[in-house]
This record gives sequence, C-alpha cells and structure tokens, in this order.
Amino acid sequence: MFRPIAEAREGAAGTARLSFTFDGKPLTGRSGDTVAAALLANGIVACRETPVSDTPRAPYCLMGVCFDCLVVIDGIGNRQGCLVPLAEGMRIETQHGRRHLAEVGQ
Amino acid sequence: MTPVAGIEQLAESYDLVVVGAGPAGLSAAARAAGLGLTVLLADENPAPGGQIYRAITTTPVKDRAILGEDYWRGAEIVARFERSQASYAARCTVWSLGPDEASPGSFELGLSVDGKARMIGARQVILATGAQERPFPIPGWTLPGVMTAGAAQIALKGAGIVPAGRTVIAGCGPLLYLLASQLAAARCEIVAVLDTTPRANWPKALAALPDFLRSPYLAKGLKLMAATRRKLRFVSNVTSLSAKGEGTLRQVGFEQGERQGAIACDTLLLHQGVIPSVNFSNAAGCAHAFDEEQHAWVPRVDAWLASSVPGIAIAGDGAGIGGAESAALRGEIAAFGAASRLGKLSEAERDRQAAPIRAALMRLLHGRRFLDLLYRPAPQFLAPPQDETIICRCEEVTAGQVRDAAARLGVTGPNQMKAFLRCGMGPCQGRLCGPTVVELIAQTRGTTPAEVGYYRLRPPVKPVTLAELAALPQTEAAVKAVVR
Repeated sequence: MFRPIAEAREGAAGTARLSFTFDGKPLTGRSGDTVAAALLANGIVACRETPVSDTPRAPYCLMGVCFDCLVVIDGIGNRQGCLVPLAEGMRIETQHGRRHLAEVGQ
Repeated sequence: MTPVAGIEQLAESYDLVVVGAGPAGLSAAARAAGLGLTVLLADENPAPGGQIYRAITTTPVKDRAILGEDYWRGAEIVARFERSQASYAARCTVWSLGPDEASPGSFELGLSVDGKARMIGARQVILATGAQERPFPIPGWTLPGVMTAGAAQIALKGAGIVPAGRTVIAGCGPLLYLLASQLAAARCEIVAVLDTTPRANWPKALAALPDFLRSPYLAKGLKLMAATRRKLRFVSNVTSLSAKGEGTLRQVGFEQGERQGAIACDTLLLHQGVIPSVNFSNAAGCAHAFDEEQHAWVPRVDAWLASSVPGIAIAGDGAGIGGAESAALRGEIAAFGAASRLGKLSEAERDRQAAPIRAALMRLLHGRRFLDLLYRPAPQFLAPPQDETIICRCEEVTAGQVRDAAARLGVTGPNQMKAFLRCGMGPCQGRLCGPTVVELIAQTRGTTPAEVGYYRLRPPVKPVTLAELAALPQTEAAVKAVVR
C-alpha cells in the first residue's frame, strides 16, 4: 500500500486525474503515473498470480527488471505495468497465470 | 532534440544508436550529436533520466529537500540533451542487436513502440543500460509488500507516493542510506533499518581507506550517514532476514548473531547494492569478466569503453558501478570514441577533448574501492542457506533445488541448470536469478563465480510478441531460408 506525499495529493496543482478500472472496479490515478504506480497508490496489494503456484505477486522493482508487475491491459496480457503510462479509460486486470492466447483474438 | 512519437518516425539508420536515457546515455547522445553524428537515443521509460534521475522533468515532488540536491543535478543533463540535435524515442524497447548481414561492419537493431516492431540500422552502438539492484533472496521475498529499496525510490520520484504503513528497510550499501533519508524526508513511517553490512568486511575496506579519505564522496556520505542514523532506528550486524505473512507481508524476522527479533510491518524494502545490468551486452556477444571487488559480472571495455565487439561501446554503470556522476562522464568518453571510429574526429582531437573529462572521472572514482569492499554482501545473502528460499521469481525455483542439481546431478554451470530446472527461463530472462544461481553453484561445487560463468543470453533481450515479429518485413534471404 502506498499513499501520496502531501504535495502530490489530490487537488494539488498540476495533478490531472485519469479514470481507469482494475478488475472492473472504477479507480482514479494521476496523469503521469505508470500503471504499476497507479495500482500501488490505490492500495492494490497484488496484480498477478504466478503460472507455477498461483500465488499473488505485486510490483517488485518498478524499473522493468523483475516482471512481477505483469497485468492484462485492455485485453492484452503480459504488459509490464511499471513501463506503461496510465491512460484515460484503461481496463486493467489481474493476470492469472500465463498470458492466455484467447485474449489476442478479442 | 527531436522526439520520436511512433515507430514509423524512426529513420532507416543512424550513425549512432544509444540504448538507455540515464546520465550515461543522455550525455553520450548529446556529445555525439554535437560532434556531427546522426543519433537516436532509445529508452523504454516514459521520460528521460534513467533510474537515478528518474522523472526529473515530470516528478510531482517539488520540495527539493526531499530528493536532495544531487537528484536535481539531473535536470542539467536532460536540458543539455534537449538542446542537442539527437532523436529521442521514449517508451521504446530495444530487443535485439546484431550484425547487419547486408552491410558488413554495421548493426541491425530490433525496436518496439506501442506494440509495433521495426528493424533499423546503426554504424555504432552505445549501450547505456545502467545498473539493477543485486538480487537479495530471503524466505518470503516474493510476498506482496516486499520490494526493492530502489522501487520505493522510483515510486517517490515518479509518482510522489511513499509506502503507507510501517516500513522496514534492510540490507547494505551507500544507496540504502540515501533512500532511507529521502523516504524519511517524505514522511514515510520507517520503523527500522536493518543493516546487514558484515563486520568482517572492515579489515579489507580499511586498506582502501586512504584513497577514500580524498574522495569527494566522503564528506557527503558521512553527513548522510550521521543524519539518517540520528533520525532512524538502526539495527547493525544483521545476519539473517525473512519476510512473513499469508498472501501479503505482515512481519520481518531477523537475526543479529545469536539474537532473534521480529518487527511487524506493511512494507519491507530490500537492498544489497547495485550491479551492472548485463543482459543486453551479454546477448550482443560482448565479453564479460567477473569483477572480484564489485562481486559482479562486468563487460570488458577499453579506455574508450569499447567492448570486445567492434562498434559496440558500453557506458555508465552498465560497464561497472561508479555512480551517476561518473556515468555521465563515461557517456561522453564513449561518444568521443564512437565519433572517432566514424571518422568525425581525429584521434589526436579525440584525446585532447576527452582529457579533462577523463581527469574528472579519475577524481570521481577515487575511493570507490572502499565502498565496494565495505559493502560487499555477506555470503548468506548472495547464496541463501535456507533450501525453501525461491531464487528464480519467475519459475519459482528454490535454492535447495539448485544446490541439489549442482551436488547430486553434477550440474556445472548456469546454462545447464536452466535446462534442468527452468531457472532463468521466465519473462525476466535470468535478470533476478542469474547472480544467485552462479553463487549457489560456485558454493556447492567449491569453486568461484568466475569459474562457473554466467547465462548465455540471446535476443530478444526483452520479450516481444510473436505478432510483432510476424509483422516485420522479411528479407528475401529470410524467406528463402524457410520456404521450400
């Protein structure tokens, strides 16, 4: 769980809010955040379940090295949440196990 | 600087492609463009700065005291790059680098932006892929709530957010103090700093002390250490760590010699120093050597930071850890080298212009050995003794499995281990298990990491979708190779 520091709080100058959903739940994030940062700031504890043992994982390195922030964004799996900037209306979902091929055809 | 918004805006080829927009890459690109080269700087992040100057142009953190004056120095480096003639592709993943068969002596690079791939050409390449945190596997380090210390720093710089509850920082290294002071300044509730610096390191480190005493970092470092130690609860000589909780972190357990302790917390930040990020240089075929003092694999480079592959140079922390300021200078030196190889600068002129930069670099690196020797991680953190500790986070391979394969099955190196256990075969491509696997094999077989070797990596250096590859235009030779 993360929280904004005083000067980055909602309503502070220059912090446009973007709407997005995580597993269908409507949330808002700051324009300029990455997907992983927006999830952390919203108190999301885990964003994926591993392919081997289905255990929950959360962003670990936030710099593109660990791949523990993999999520499904707008139907496309295996997206590195820490490298993708949050966009208005994004549909973000927990990635369960491996990326599923069926998602691609949708 | 010319921003490149989409993959189709890239030129067919450039004199120089620089990979990574940290201090080394930004300085290399700006200098090379100033010397008349056509330059592309490609970086996978949304904004320039790399990790140490992360989000320097976009950060919501306005109170300069939180991140400290050293951070804001990055603004000058970015501004200089922005004044240059170089092209800049943000959110651009470079996933392959190899010789261009149609044009001997030059390179072909695979890049992706927004899910679309392209192949482009380059006559020279500078890899400025920087450093990553050294893996620090402890029981429970895969639990949500456990992160690297650098991750918390990136969250603060990039998004202006800090861990919300009780936070414990554990590990060792100069960056640990910096992070603790930045988070404390941002009013994060740090309940303890568990310092794992081994006492046994002191005798060796003291031998390197005279140089360090004349280093520009000494005064800065001492001030930082004193301030953080005064403000925060420090537990020294920590010899063992574990993260505990069901589904999420609840508690960190530690040992201090014979004494055992536990601290309830919501976030645990781990840090055991930084090591060069070698996946790209390794996959490009550059020779590497194991640096005993930095205890990490480092690409072999010459005085101009040229690697063993002609035409590829490696600048910044990716060529050995020296810190942000030295990275910027090494970017300049690599750019002089590339310009000279392209005939844009005579060797005499190259030497003359680079001389003051080289002198500044020497001053900066003076005393670095002391830090390397003092903060060398304890053996139990390099190779976790508990069998159940996961070492490959992607494929969930444990330390016990690696030791068993090395001892009972006689697996001699990391590449063979990959085939037996799948460690290093997940999406992170060995970035987090590589150093630990090498350490575990070396320990089990009674040899050294240098003897054990490292993963042999191949492009794509970052995962790329089959759809992206399939959509690439095919050369006639490539089509003939598969069509009957």
